[in-house]
Amino acid sequence: MQSKRKIRILIAKPGLDSHDRGAKIVARALRDAGMEVIYTGLRQTPEQIVETALQEDVDVIGLSILSGAHKTLFPRIMELVKQKGLTDVMVFAGGIIPEEDIPEMKKLGIKEIFGPGTPTETIVQFVFEHIPKRT
Amino acid sequence: MTKIEEIVQGVLNGDRRSIARAITIIENNTAETQKLIASIYPHTGKAHIIGITGPGGSGKSTLIEKIIRKYRQKGKTVGVIAVDPTSPFTGGAFLGDRIRMQELSTDQGVFIRSMATRNYMGGIAKATKDAVKVLDATGKDIIIVETVGAGQSEVEIIKVAQTIVVICAPGLGDEIQAIKAGMMEIADIFVVNKADRENADKALMDIQAMLQLNNKEKAWKTPILKTAALTGKGVLQLVEKIEEHKHFLEKELERKRSREKAEAELTEAIKEKVATSIIEDLKREGKFEEFLQKILEKEMDPASAAEKLLNERFRKQV
Repeated sequence: MQSKRKIRILIAKPGLDSHDRGAKIVARALRDAGMEVIYTGLRQTPEQIVETALQEDVDVIGLSILSGAHKTLFPRIMELVKQKGLTDVMVFAGGIIPEEDIPEMKKLGIKEIFGPGTPTETIVQFVFEHIPKRT
Repeated sequence: MTKIEEIVQGVLNGDRRSIARAITIIENNTAETQKLIASIYPHTGKAHIIGITGPGGSGKSTLIEKIIRKYRQKGKTVGVIAVDPTSPFTGGAFLGDRIRMQELSTDQGVFIRSMATRNYMGGIAKATKDAVKVLDATGKDIIIVETVGAGQSEVEIIKVAQTIVVICAPGLGDEIQAIKAGMMEIADIFVVNKADRENADKALMDIQAMLQLNNKEKAWKTPILKTAALTGKGVLQLVEKIEEHKHFLEKELERKRSREKAEAELTEAIKEKVATSIIEDLKREGKFEEFLQKILEKEMDPASAAEKLLNERFRKQV
């Protein structure tokens, strides 16, 4: 029955960013690739993001951040992901994240980080290739 | 315990992850779906289900957020299914109804689920009806279904909801145009949202004129309310109207049940009287004893004996 499963993905913007153009473009590309994209708008707390992912039963969470607060927000988000048992959800991120922070972010369990200029096809392909299997 | 049994148990215990999983199983329509619905069904029927429909941009999501808050103040728990369209070209969907309700996502008394139509027609998804059952079984007092928002022929909602609220707003074009094709008939409550804008009163009057024709022969007269969802104005009155309609439905149901009960009692009473009088006659005529003997001697079975007796008797009378 795997063929009937639709990929559900949450695109979320944690923290105090004031624009979401990038997140919306990624959301649009994923939608056009046939996925169901849940978009929740700007200024989300880690609690809101993870609770939304739980209620929407998504396969993937995509985080977009520009503010530089990823070192505070991402650990909290990943902690909540584990706490709520969303262990079969894949998390990736994009936005303005300095090169030197990337290893630390990946250690938290964030699968990949996409910087500015990444073609949307790269992200779409990455998501397709890393959809977690469900039992 | 199988996986499905575990999920059902979780739903009944109010576990949010189980609720989410159950809805996914319903949406994906797998081999397990029917089993899941069957296990959940006996626990449904307690929630009041509200359908919110109307054209895009009329303020459905914003109004729903305000309605939820009012119900939360009353101590009620709320479930929401917000439906958005699937692209017929790519199969993808952009589900954005939560944007207006995001503050409620961490409220443990509220469960919101976005749902794509997956190309089902009529303003909801094929899975909507059964997803509502999951929220009902988990004990939500109020369940709100937000339709796609095309504003036309979104009449599938009547198969799902008990109280249907049709929303329109001034300035979206011709208000009447936006609510044609069945929307007028399905409304239990009409709302002119964005009532703080100019032309709101004109929209109200236009709808009023049309509703008067519809309301003539109906027991429930569809009211029109004005709201301004952004400020919350009129929302309390709307919730009160929804409650009023709920009581109306309960009374109707009670009336229907009383009628059914009386009907059953009358039928039973007639049956008994008729049977008694026929049996008495048959005994008097000796027919009863005659056939009783035949049954005792295994010449006849009771059902055939009864049929023969009644056939003879009523042919004689005709």
